[in-house]
Amino acid sequence: MTTKPLLKITDLSIAFRDRKLIQHLNLTVQPGEFLAIIGENGVGKTTLIRTVTGQRKPEGGTIQFDVPAKKMRFGYVPQFRNISEEYPLSMRDFVELNLLHLRPWLTKKEHQRVTNVLTEVGIENIDNTSMGQASGGEKQKAYLAQAIVNEPRLLILDESTASLDVEAKNELMGLVKKLNQQDGLTVLFITHDLPLAKKYADQFLLIRRNGQYEEKPIDQLDTTQDIQ
Amino acid sequence: MFAWDFMQNAFIASTFIAITCGLVGVYVIAQRMSFLSHTLSEIGFAGAAFGLFTGIAPLDGMLLFTIGSSIFVGRLGTDESQRESSISAVSSLFIGLGILFLSLSNKSASYATNILFGSIIGISLQDVYQLVVLSALILISILLVYRYLNFYSYDPIGAQSQRLKTGFLSIYFLLILAVTVSIAAQIVGSLLVFILLTLPASVAQYLGNSIQKMIGISIGCALVGVWTGLYLGYLTNWPVTFFIALIEFLFYAGAYLYHRHSMH
Repeated sequence: MTTKPLLKITDLSIAFRDRKLIQHLNLTVQPGEFLAIIGENGVGKTTLIRTVTGQRKPEGGTIQFDVPAKKMRFGYVPQFRNISEEYPLSMRDFVELNLLHLRPWLTKKEHQRVTNVLTEVGIENIDNTSMGQASGGEKQKAYLAQAIVNEPRLLILDESTASLDVEAKNELMGLVKKLNQQDGLTVLFITHDLPLAKKYADQFLLIRRNGQYEEKPIDQLDTTQDIQ
Repeated sequence: MFAWDFMQNAFIASTFIAITCGLVGVYVIAQRMSFLSHTLSEIGFAGAAFGLFTGIAPLDGMLLFTIGSSIFVGRLGTDESQRESSISAVSSLFIGLGILFLSLSNKSASYATNILFGSIIGISLQDVYQLVVLSALILISILLVYRYLNFYSYDPIGAQSQRLKTGFLSIYFLLILAVTVSIAAQIVGSLLVFILLTLPASVAQYLGNSIQKMIGISIGCALVGVWTGLYLGYLTNWPVTFFIALIEFLFYAGAYLYHRHSMH
């Protein structure tokens, strides 16, 4: 018996302004898959993700989920965040931002869920520290916690490890891998870091400058190639 | 002091306005819109002067101008590279228009002083009703989108990536800001709207680390400021605006020093 793919992309073409990026992409992502999306700067990795999440329309082709797109729960850790040193919100409050409903207050159950997520990523002891005063690694954990507080089915990480040292990178990716393996969370991980992709992902999608692409199991990834 | 009707009116109106400004100010600071709120207040000045010229109430004139221009001014505020020059240009134009309308209306200079620097003591019961209704409208409008506005204001990139309708929220908040600026100007005057709109919220940003705490601190500072200001104004016959400005400044200076001290 085959399971229905969580994400099915058919003949997708995307462009940024007048520049053609990805051409005729066909891709299926199974539930529980950990897919690394790699490629040089400017090949359209982030644009692809923005298209998948419905923030922009594709120039051609279709994107289907196993549920109607509006019902698909994403957790998205974007590439850039403008959190300055003066940023006042505590880590807990930052995570709570993503609990969205018309009722202004949170229920006990929701508070507990936030506590669970903070514990899961290992920042429950510093939940009252302001985000502005947190280290780079701690901030990334808070971003991850915010992205998963809604119990998403698809987690998207956009260069989330780029600014971290090796130890913090592995700690964060270890957490993501745990969510992937224990909770069956499907992960799309955009990165330049080929060894890191090889260590944690199951599959990779390599997008080339000319719009061509290849999708293969991660053990076939050549980590010595230059994609900077 | 409360034996006087005008003082009762002043207290009721300022209480509602302080609560509104304290709340809205938290989002103004989070979205870095202090400069923009100042421009809106200058546009409000032109609106009030237009009201005097055409015979409609100054508050109605202010609402007309600030609401009418808020979306356009908001657009100017989003393009960072041109923000300072374009906003300065718009401010200059509207202050010029305000002066023109005042001159054409042939009213005495005290009208101009009231619009620019506030005139809470002279507020009528009908004005109080209007201010209370407008304040209530703003509070309800924020409550309706409270959690969405929090996300958009404190993490716009995250909000956008979660497919929040950020364009709608931006316009929605600009309209709220336009009305808030117009009613705040009734106490402290259009030139000094940021006393109530940005100083209490800045204090809150230094002292609070959750949105609820910040809203509480901001509203508290705004309330203490207007209540004490009215009381001292009554005692001394000096301008209420001066006392409110002084109190809010002291709050700000204290919070700033505390924040710097605790950071090191």
